[in-house]
Amino acid sequence: MKRHHEHHIIHTSEWEQSRIMQWLDKRTGLIHLKREALYEPIPGGARWAYIFGSGLLYILFSQIVTGVFLAMYYVASADHAHTTIEYITKQVTAGSFIRSLHSYGSSAMVVTLVLHMAQTYFFGSYKGRREILWLSGLILFAMIIGMAFTGYLLPWDQKAFFATAVGTNIAGEVPLIGDWLKSLMRGGTEMGTLTLSRFFVAHVFLIPACIFGFVGAHVFLFRKAGSAGPIDEDPIDPKKPTEQFYPKQVIMDIVFATILIGTLGLLSYFSPVELGPKASPADTQFLPRPEWYYLPIFQWLKYWSGQSAVIGIVIIPGIIAALLVALPFIDRRPERRPWKRPIASFSFAIILCGLIFLGWQSGHEDSTDPSVAKQLAKQEQETEKFMKATFEPETMGPPLLIAAPLSPDAAKGKKLFADNSCDGCHGDNGQGTENGPKLIGVSLKFDHDEMLKVLRNPTKKMRDGNMDPVELGDDDMNLLMAYLNSLK
Amino acid sequence: MIEERTDIEMLETKPEQTVAIRTDDHDGHRDPSRRSFLRWFLGIGSVSVAGVLSVPLIRFALDPLMRTTTQTDWSDLGPASDFAEVNVPQKRTISITQMDGWRKVVMEKSIYVVKGNDGVLSVFTATCPHLGCSVKWVDTNNQFKCPCHNGAFSPEGKLISGPPPRDLDTLESRLVDGHLQIRYQSFRQLVKTKEVLA
Ligand code: FES
Repeated sequence: MKRHHEHHIIHTSEWEQSRIMQWLDKRTGLIHLKREALYEPIPGGARWAYIFGSGLLYILFSQIVTGVFLAMYYVASADHAHTTIEYITKQVTAGSFIRSLHSYGSSAMVVTLVLHMAQTYFFGSYKGRREILWLSGLILFAMIIGMAFTGYLLPWDQKAFFATAVGTNIAGEVPLIGDWLKSLMRGGTEMGTLTLSRFFVAHVFLIPACIFGFVGAHVFLFRKAGSAGPIDEDPIDPKKPTEQFYPKQVIMDIVFATILIGTLGLLSYFSPVELGPKASPADTQFLPRPEWYYLPIFQWLKYWSGQSAVIGIVIIPGIIAALLVALPFIDRRPERRPWKRPIASFSFAIILCGLIFLGWQSGHEDSTDPSVAKQLAKQEQETEKFMKATFEPETMGPPLLIAAPLSPDAAKGKKLFADNSCDGCHGDNGQGTENGPKLIGVSLKFDHDEMLKVLRNPTKKMRDGNMDPVELGDDDMNLLMAYLNSLK
Repeated sequence: MIEERTDIEMLETKPEQTVAIRTDDHDGHRDPSRRSFLRWFLGIGSVSVAGVLSVPLIRFALDPLMRTTTQTDWSDLGPASDFAEVNVPQKRTISITQMDGWRKVVMEKSIYVVKGNDGVLSVFTATCPHLGCSVKWVDTNNQFKCPCHNGAFSPEGKLISGPPPRDLDTLESRLVDGHLQIRYQSFRQLVKTKEVLA
């Protein structure tokens, strides 16, 4: 009788029956949407292996929220970036915590991303009409790596500056377009405030916009294809009994999210992220070390220098990337069990182990080379010292006051300027206020005679703006004009 | 009621889905009280986690409201004896520091030190209470004059004529070891009574 009414397999709560929800549902389809979200069938039932995707969504959400809040205080300019981060870290209530949450969040993102990808790979979940789903995942992977890279520069401390200098230099090794690419990223040949602006724009506007789009597509495509289920399931036409996403998988996902929140929160609270001294490009001693998840690549690049660099930087990573892209197109057998797919499983395992080994080796080399270890320890100490120092605000002096010393006449003129309350409207140093225009540069607009004329007889417009005629003797007038002429 | 019926219909009409329902049954979710307990548990749990997490965010965003931006320090104007000999109001420029987020902004402000008939020093800001131009002391008239709209004030700062709504604003002052010190403040313009601006 109700065969066509799919919804009826689902429990309907009193809440959904309530008039307000019915009213809302008729206009928005909210209940339908909720069912779509919660009652997704999972062939073979809920599993802990499936938690990583929604874990990533959670971290993404946390990154967006903390990122937006950090932007309330952050200024993306080489002059101020470091001070504003220092202000956030040392002065703003909960600032250190929120910055740490954002920073550790990026690590959590990378780890969870690798786990999510490994699970998809080993479970063969990319199979069965899931090529585009897999590709959108790869693009998201690249974007998250891009987010980590661009975000790392923003605090503009020594570590950030030099790690990015190295990172952009690597981009410069790309054949043919290398130099152009490097200048594009840096906004010039050298690292500077334009680099920071570009990285900021990429980090908060460009890449996030793309991430939103691709996450939407990824989730949509996943729902379209359906959950692939366990490794012995047919990826196109699942046979196993299904279980709905809600409640068991939801609970597992929430447990994982809670562990993530808890870990990030505790880390941020008890071991907040540090900030090093402000970047000083002239420092030749500084040993750049990237964030831990970049260490394997950092180490890898040590093996490729000069002519062969192209192989290490472009060709080998290019082949791996191309293989990953091609994977669902090449590997079309429905077989999903990892042990029946030895080539695929081994190559992934080798790359993963290789990366872990390279990462370990990088740390090992640093700790065994005494001169390197010493320099790194020194850098660590400088960071500690900087973290202990009290926050020093940037001081903005009265403009021009300390600048150009005035000629004796101009100095007398300045006194007349103040005594006649010209400063009341035009500012202490002729910089202008809301009551009067600035006088800096007036001498370029009027020659001596014109100036004398408008001072003695202000134009109608000037008088409407409350400019009174200046009633001074000729000598004093000349002194005043000497001062006005000095305002450039 | 509703739940029971739908479950039964399901068993009758959708044989391939029965397993799904069985799974649910197995977990005991058919029992309405357990079901709604689970829902409440998840709901309250998520809301409270979100609540706890939003505390630092809110505190972070509200931080500027808990800070004082104007300096409340005293500025030193030098030995009071400097002002004792002269009978006309003396103009001085002081630097005051304001915290503007992560910046410290130093601004120059003009003030007048006036010796009263009883020899007591009082201090006025040079900012006109009308629209904020700087008033000047005009010896020949024995008046403070505002150049903008011709407001005039007596040597004691009393309003004589013109559009300003009140007398010149006095500043808090004190003597420490013979030094005259003042606390600079800004006041709202265009109102009859003196109101401090934060
Ligand atoms: S601002 Fe002083 S009279 Fe108007």
